[in-house]
Parts: sequence; C-alpha cells; structure tokens
Amino acid sequence: MVEKVKVRIDGEVIAATAGQTILEVARANSKYIPALCHMEGLSATGACRLCVVEVSGVAKLVPACTTPVAEGQSVVTSTPQIESYRKIALELLFAERNHVCAVCVSSGHCELQALAQEHGVTHVRYPYSCPRLPVDTTHPRYVLDHNRCILCGRCVRTCAEIEGAHVWEVAGRGIGSRLVSELQRPWGEATTCTSCGKCVQACPTGAMAEKGWAVEEMTKHKTVVSRLTSMREGS
Amino acid sequence: MDKVKIGTCWLDGCSGCHMSLLDVDESIVAILRKADIVFGPLVDAQEWPEGTDVAIVEGAVSSQDDRELVQTARARSKYLIALGDCAVTGNVPSMRNGIPVRKLLERIYVEGADESAGIPTDGVPPLLRQAEPLRQTVKVDLHVPGCPPRPNAILMVLSELLEGREPDLGSKLRFG
Repeated sequence: MVEKVKVRIDGEVIAATAGQTILEVARANSKYIPALCHMEGLSATGACRLCVVEVSGVAKLVPACTTPVAEGQSVVTSTPQIESYRKIALELLFAERNHVCAVCVSSGHCELQALAQEHGVTHVRYPYSCPRLPVDTTHPRYVLDHNRCILCGRCVRTCAEIEGAHVWEVAGRGIGSRLVSELQRPWGEATTCTSCGKCVQACPTGAMAEKGWAVEEMTKHKTVVSRLTSMREGS
Repeated sequence: MDKVKIGTCWLDGCSGCHMSLLDVDESIVAILRKADIVFGPLVDAQEWPEGTDVAIVEGAVSSQDDRELVQTARARSKYLIALGDCAVTGNVPSMRNGIPVRKLLERIYVEGADESAGIPTDGVPPLLRQAEPLRQTVKVDLHVPGCPPRPNAILMVLSELLEGREPDLGSKLRFG
C-alpha cells in the first residue's frame, strides 16, 4: 500500500508518495530547483548544495535531493537567502579548481557554466586556490581533467550503480579530495574499467571527455543514465 | 553637455576584448556621439587622463606594469569595468598560477630555447607571482565576462552607462 502525503511547494498543495524526495516531487510538478550532483537514475548524495530549500519548522536550509517529503510539509524553493547560498556554492566550486571556460571542451555545454550564468554569477568573490592538478590521458578513448572536476560524484555513482564496475572513488579529505580510478591506478590501467563511457556522459563539466574534441565541441548524452535506469525498472 | 570620457587598456590579455569592442561595428558612431575615448590602444594619448568617467580594462593583472596601469586607471576613473574572462577570472593567463615564476621562465626561455637561451630582463616588466583577476588589485564596478564578451553585451553595457543606468547583463552573461 503506497502511502500518500500532501505537501505544499511554493504555496501550491501537491499530492506525493511517501519516500519521494522534495526534488523529485518538485520536478514532477514543474517546480524548478537547480541541482548539479543530482542525476535522474542515480542515488542522491546532497554534495553540491545547489538544491537547498526552505522547509517549514526547520531552522536551516536542507538539500531537496536527499530530504523526503512529509505530510503537511511546506517547502519554499527560492528566497533571497536561498539564492545567495546557491551563488556562494557556485562561486566556491569555481574558486576550488581551474575552470578555464575559454579552453574547455565542454564550454557552452557545461552544467556548472550554465548554472553560473543562470544565477547571475558575474564574478567569484573568493580568491582562486589555483591548485596544480594532473590530467589523466592514459585511457585510449577518454580523458580526465582534475582541473575541471567538482567532485559531484556522478561518475562514481554511474560506474557503481549502473555499470556495476565501481572503477571510480573519491579519495582524500576536504580540499584535498580527488577522484581516483581503481585504487589510484591511472585510468588507462584500471582493469575493472569496461570503457563503456557512461561516466563521461554523466559528468556535468569538462572533467571527463572523449578524446579528440576541441574547445566547445564535447556534447554529452545526459539521458543515458536515466534511460537505462527506467528501462531496467520497467522490465 | 560634456561628452563622457572613456579610457581603455589591456593588461595580460590577447586584445580579443578590444576587437569585440570594435565589433559593435557602426554602433560605435552612436556611442562616440556621446563619449570620447581618451586613452587606450585605440587612441594616441600617452598618459591616462585625470577625470575619466569610465575605465574599460581587459586582461589579468600579471606583471608589475599591469598592476600600476590598473591602479592608475582606477584612481583616475569614476567607474571601472572588468572586460572579459581574463579581467574577471584570470582565465588563460592564470593557468600558470600553480607554477613558480622562476621555474616557468626557465622552462620556456632556457630549457625551451633553441638559441640565445636566457630569461629576458631588458624592457620587460617583472611578472607577479600569479596572474589575478582585477578585483584582487582594485575595486571593480562591473564585471563583464566572456572570451571575448560578445559585441552586443559590450554595446548594451556602454549604452546603459551613457543613459545613466546601471547595466544588468541578465541573459547576456556568459563565460568562455
């Protein structure tokens, strides 16, 4: 027996199913909440904090992608405070690595870039940390550029949950966190990698790309993951 | 009515933003009915004049000279625009920031040289430790990113300023 709950999102009363997240319910009802680490078809982690919303009776903002709906809950998806926090989250992502849009294969097709433009991030108010980061070109078909990685974990979850290979993991702590393939082996030497390329398609930025593309040329097939998940659930 | 005085300069950049400014084509005539360009690569003046209304600065702050020029531009202008990704984020010039200056110069001018190896010092300003966005050196009134910013964005910004309004990039905001 599916339990139904009633929630209010931006004032509108919406019928949802218990266990659904605020983000799922909002999107199913055409209420826009931005998100970066979330991808339909994958589990949610609440890493990017772009989907933060206000929930009645809760003092702090909560991520919509990991917060389940509850009976009588009232959610607000956008306030000046929420917008300012989303801007801060975006700016910190830019400050943390070297996102040089002008020389990126994904420029013009990048979710981080698009969200920054959408949120009016004309500049970053924090000093850039300018870390010196490697680019892993050892895989014959794909390239991993740590300069452009935002640690959203979409590749990690795609590989573990969809492909079942679990090549990717995040190692280290805090600002020193890095995406690693197979216990720090170069990607090209990872024996568990099936070269399926779904991680590349799931990556929101130019951190993962197919080889052979120049600036602005790498477009991704973002529906691969959600399509596979929904087809498997349907069978 | 006195014309609005606009000064422009490029620091560590490629001149692409100035090209984009010229790419407003015949609209520049309408701009110049209300404004004069009093300093910059497009005109002859040797000194950044006092009492400039708008400074348009392209490029990152990368050398001692860049720093002095942007400080002069700031001190002598009422309103300063960071034009383009280099001025706004550091962009391509900042890709050297993880490498110590000495190592960088040696790699290029000593290890990378086929002949007359040696780090040039004559007539070139010393590099700063990092190439930085303008806002880390001076107060910036408006950031107009883009590599380069599209001509229609530049035209909108100048037109709004000449009408006495604060420009809002809105949907014209873009990086890269």
